[in-house]
Amino acid sequence: MRQELTLRGNHAPLTRANPLAKFAAVMLITMVLALSIDWVSASVALAFELALLPLAGLTLGLLWQRGWPLILAAALGGWSTTILAPDSGAILLDARIWSISEGSLELGLGFMIRGLAIALPAVLLMSCTDPTDLADALAQKAKLPHRFVLGTLAAMRLVGLMAEEWQTIGMARRARGVGSHGNPLQRLRATLGQSFGLLVQAVRRASRLAVTMEARGFGGAHRTWARKSVFSGFDAWVLLGGLLIAGAAVASALAAGTWNMVFLARQ
Amino acid sequence: MTSSDTVRPATITARGWGWRHAGRSRPAVSGLDLDIRPGERVLLLGPSGAGKSTLLHALAGVLGDSSAGGADPASGAAADPEDADETGSLLIDGAPPRSRRGRAGLMQQDPETQVVLSRLGDDVAFGAENLSVPPADIWSRVAEALDDVGLGGLPLDHPTSSLSGGQKQRLALAGILAMRPGLVLLDEPTANLDPAGVLEVRDAVGRCLAKTGATLVVVEHRVSVWKDLVDRIVVLQPGSATDSAVLIDGPPDQVLAQARDMLTAAGVWVPGYVPQTRARAGARDAGASGGTAPGTTAGLLLLAAEDLAVSRERPRRAGLRRGFRPIPPEPVQSGITAQVRAGEALTITGPNGSGKSTFALTLAGLLAPVSGKVSATVELSAGAGIDPYRWKAQQLIARIGTVFQEPEHQFVTGRVLDELMFGPRHLGRGEERVDELLERLRLTDLVDANPYTLSGGEKRRLSVATVLAAHPQVLVLDEPTFGQDANTWAELASFLSELLDDGTAVVSVTHDAEFSQVLGGTELSLRAPEHREPQGLEPGREPGKVAAP
Repeated sequence: MRQELTLRGNHAPLTRANPLAKFAAVMLITMVLALSIDWVSASVALAFELALLPLAGLTLGLLWQRGWPLILAAALGGWSTTILAPDSGAILLDARIWSISEGSLELGLGFMIRGLAIALPAVLLMSCTDPTDLADALAQKAKLPHRFVLGTLAAMRLVGLMAEEWQTIGMARRARGVGSHGNPLQRLRATLGQSFGLLVQAVRRASRLAVTMEARGFGGAHRTWARKSVFSGFDAWVLLGGLLIAGAAVASALAAGTWNMVFLARQ
Repeated sequence: MTSSDTVRPATITARGWGWRHAGRSRPAVSGLDLDIRPGERVLLLGPSGAGKSTLLHALAGVLGDSSAGGADPASGAAADPEDADETGSLLIDGAPPRSRRGRAGLMQQDPETQVVLSRLGDDVAFGAENLSVPPADIWSRVAEALDDVGLGGLPLDHPTSSLSGGQKQRLALAGILAMRPGLVLLDEPTANLDPAGVLEVRDAVGRCLAKTGATLVVVEHRVSVWKDLVDRIVVLQPGSATDSAVLIDGPPDQVLAQARDMLTAAGVWVPGYVPQTRARAGARDAGASGGTAPGTTAGLLLLAAEDLAVSRERPRRAGLRRGFRPIPPEPVQSGITAQVRAGEALTITGPNGSGKSTFALTLAGLLAPVSGKVSATVELSAGAGIDPYRWKAQQLIARIGTVFQEPEHQFVTGRVLDELMFGPRHLGRGEERVDELLERLRLTDLVDANPYTLSGGEKRRLSVATVLAAHPQVLVLDEPTFGQDANTWAELASFLSELLDDGTAVVSVTHDAEFSQVLGGTELSLRAPEHREPQGLEPGREPGKVAAP
């Protein structure tokens, strides 16, 4: 978990783009996909995104490893839409209140593909963006307050540390006779106790880290940046890519006649 | 290196300086008069509670605000106890430390919190950036600082999380050096490190000071480590209204000769001094019955590890295509065979990363073995089954007790007495033993205190007592003497030697040769990990390795 915060070993082209450009491209795609609930625009966007995986240094296996909760959520959302949406067209399966019709299947599939098409760019972005570079871009280019940005960045490093600490505290408490067994109430109490232990350690660590940062001169109004966050020609291509995917999604849906604005639907 | 001559060593002047932390009734430091000349190297000693860390934090300018800093000292009686309170003056180069950002660099004890950013070079650059050093100069400072601390061989994008404790502290030193401070402050910089790490850091500090000529103030229990590097020792005493805060001040040899008895009494590790400990009754022939133990016979086999491979990681699930099969984690150490016998000590040693603690935790039934097995004999299991990892928590604590390196990890209540009663209450027996433990480990006066507020030595004694309150036959300790003063060390060693003679088996993970000598028994030495890059990422976490097992 702690290693995943850096991009060591990933030399894919998109790692060289400015994080803000990547972020803007992702926002473009996401916003367009949030407008309509048809399956054509989502499929087109998803196809483009899958084609871009190698550019971000991702493989399908890695994608599953990092994004499986999102993928499962999209599948689940699609499934529940399929069985619960109002039926239209031929009924394919009927199990009392749960039924699948052509119409609901189409809606459910569309929902799932849309979920994937919206989630995938985020996974893609995080896989080819180093948090430190993102912080640099946010502070230098987007002009967010550097104290806030760098404080958050330093705190993120502690999150990985806390995951290890959680495991250790769990073992340490088992060695005191607090087990994660018994009835649900006892388990809840054990988990709450472990969380309290973690909270104490998190506060201790955070205050020590704050002292470290302050002792290194952090907190002044002005600072310089050893890593200059720059935009390059490549970033224009990244933005253009985002624009193209978003545009292609809309155009194909309009051409297929499936474009269906969420806010205007079923008035 | 032309830039090193730009360092101007700092001067420290304290006149009647005192500090009371917010919400405390007594000051941490009071009446401190001290002059430190530019380039001097000072070791600060004194019993816990003498305000050593407070002084260092004040010099680093990180103590926070005080109510009476600029207020009229005459009206000090009316000061709000909820606010911190400063008296007298403490100056660096004639100015308050807070106004001198970057003049002093501070290193603290916990290596994990000395690292700010996740890439090596960025972390070193952090301080220089904050001081608005021009970007063009920063990277040359970074390269020079990394060379000076001996980390120059690593790439600038090396992940800081994969460094060892000693490397992290050297990295912190590099981050300080890149700020070009005139004053280097070290607050127990090596307390959490193994012996190799201690020397690494000490030598790096020595090299850098020789080069920059900066003033040094270091706080540390282990005098022998720093004695040859400093040219002055200042002994502080706990704050009082009448006495001066400085007890003794002078050249190292003179102070050590003058105050040897006082320092050893205060638990300071004076060079050449090994605290008196109780000798093992059966020390001369290990394995022979050392004492009379009710229900156990010394030498009886209790617990055995066979061809054990260990890891802290849990098995991970393979991807969709491989049917979500569990993939066992890559072990940090394998092929370990060991036996734990009643009344005998087993000491586990080995370099950093050799899986000592991981092995001990697996042996103690807290981690599942990657392969091989841990089995308890009938004498130990008493009907609970052969595999300690499958025991319920309450079955475990009555059989194998584990004391973790960080005592706070094991506190489960808010009061010392409840902490000790916790095990016996859940087991429904053994409450009568609590009084004896309180007495024996000098915790009687602390029964109503909150465990989190105790001193380091008290926390250590409490954590040992709480585990023993459940009366386990096997006691496992992870680095029990790390960072402890000589008094706690001696108490702990004597107490464990007594336990051993009473028939308890003691397994300890330790780098402390003197400690294992007191306990006697056998030593299990684990090898350094093989097939791993020195800068190695943790196996199994590297994306490439998952796809191709």
